[in-house]
Amino acid sequence: MSSISRDDVARLAQLARIDLSDVELDRLAGQLTAIVDAVAQVSQVATPDVPATSHPVPLTNVFRADEVRPPLGQEAALAAAPAAEGGRFRVPQIMGEEP
Amino acid sequence: MSEPVELMDVDQALEQFDPAFGIEVHVELNTKTKMFCGCPTEFGAEPNTQVCPVCLGLPGALPVVNAKAIESAIRLGLALNCSIAPRSRFARKNYFYPDLAKDYQISQYDEPIAFDGYLDVELDDGTVVRVAIERAHMEEDAGKNVHVGGATGRIQGAEYSLVDYNRGGIPLVEIVTRTVEGMGERTAEVARAYVATVRDLAKALGISDVRMEEGSLRADVNLSLRAKAADGEDQHAVPLGKRSETKNVNSLRAVERSIRHEIGRQAALLAAGGAVTQETRHWHEDTSMTTPGRSKEEAEDYRYFPEPDLLPVAPSKEWIEELRGTLPESPALRRHRLQESWGYTDLEMRDAVNADALELIEATVAAGASAASARKWWMGELARTANNDGVELADLAATPAQVAELQGLVDSGRVNDQLARQVLEGVLAGEGSPGEVVAARGLEVVSDDGALLAAIDEALAAQPDVAAKIRDGKVQAAGAIVGAVMKATRGQADAARVRELVLTKFGLEG
Ligand SMILES: [Zn+2]
Repeated sequence: MSSISRDDVARLAQLARIDLSDVELDRLAGQLTAIVDAVAQVSQVATPDVPATSHPVPLTNVFRADEVRPPLGQEAALAAAPAAEGGRFRVPQIMGEEP
Repeated sequence: MSEPVELMDVDQALEQFDPAFGIEVHVELNTKTKMFCGCPTEFGAEPNTQVCPVCLGLPGALPVVNAKAIESAIRLGLALNCSIAPRSRFARKNYFYPDLAKDYQISQYDEPIAFDGYLDVELDDGTVVRVAIERAHMEEDAGKNVHVGGATGRIQGAEYSLVDYNRGGIPLVEIVTRTVEGMGERTAEVARAYVATVRDLAKALGISDVRMEEGSLRADVNLSLRAKAADGEDQHAVPLGKRSETKNVNSLRAVERSIRHEIGRQAALLAAGGAVTQETRHWHEDTSMTTPGRSKEEAEDYRYFPEPDLLPVAPSKEWIEELRGTLPESPALRRHRLQESWGYTDLEMRDAVNADALELIEATVAAGASAASARKWWMGELARTANNDGVELADLAATPAQVAELQGLVDSGRVNDQLARQVLEGVLAGEGSPGEVVAARGLEVVSDDGALLAAIDEALAAQPDVAAKIRDGKVQAAGAIVGAVMKATRGQADAARVRELVLTKFGLEG
């Protein structure tokens, strides 16, 4: 059975940029283990004749033609931005490297 | 930084180590609209003028796949000799960076659209190396950051950053090679030729502008070293060292130079008893060096999961075969065919390829010029002009049809070589077609014998001593008269005809 350790939760929290206290880490490790184990039960009923699915809608190839639609315009695009400068979104100092 | 700056000489490094490399090439597709929305994709537009709720990642916006992007990806996959997946899906790649509006990039992970292919890469000396392709998958591009404050405009020391999402959401195909090993001293050359071949292929397919300087073709280069086996030791038993991934390698020259740099850097580290760190590095064109980024272990946890907002892509066999029918001749085959039909030497052909002149020469020949004269213009006068102006041949004002017309004027004797250069000057200055320039500038060769004879008489009268020599049968003395006539007609006489007329006048044979 799968199990989510406290370290796993801490790492996920760090990747998701969520600040968790020690108490929360302990609590979530237990809860997430229960959730993952419950989901794992699905794999017991999955048999080779049941195709894996990532989507409940039985459709494929939903495409659009390569035709331009009018974009928002700079003013509208930046209207809800907390800060903007020279037509660009202004963001705080980036800590760390480019991805 | 505790990094050693000493590099081992590459030749010395290659005596002790065998390099292995892999390359990820990002090809930006030239669709009119973005991957998942109808925003235009023009390069160089004002910031944030080609954005909408979808590519800004606003709540509630839903992506819809661009059919043309799928078509381009399949054609590229087929041209890379890949299998096309009967069913592939998109996935979310999660990371936090301001150029990513949604905090995830829509990409493909476990089900790429194309996989298991290869590309035959021809080196300068004609050697062909087959590079195995692991996969080619679709994804969307990110926006662009500008860092403000600090001295260098780099991220270090910046006070804040500004983001333009115009590029965000433009379709990309990322082509991933399998590891290439055993190339020894030709490692860097093979890597460069591979990227050049991908570029030529994408260009021939017409699916991308493939301008490395504008970022529509970008490469990340992985490199690691394997120590050479000692005598009697099995080479396969020697483990491959840790690899570095160099980002931002955005010219063919940089591909070659960054590989040589990494070979020298890693070899120096290993030889000194150190270890290579598995990490991302950044290439700096100005200093020809790489500097470390994040260590790979930290960076690679992207928590991929299937994109719930998009349905699977399942191209029918019929569609795939239809697209296979649209594939152009491979660039290598095309080069061989053209070289044979044009009768160029290997060197002439290589020069034309390197100058990006094949299409221009081909069009010039199609417009009626001989292959030799097309080469003479494009690789001579026109290449010099392009070089002086710092532009590409294709960006010059002269078209293949005009070059063919100019050569036609030379062949019919209406202009001589010297006049032809003046005509070309006029064409390049935008004065019109060669015919128009000849008329406007009055550059036509004087073919009226009466006018030439008058000029000859004048020259003979001016140089009686020369006239006497010719009368005595000294044929070579006629050169002075021809020269004088050419001068008097400002180069517009046909020198051969003048000479003929001078000699006939004295009853001599040329
Ligand atoms: Zn958009």
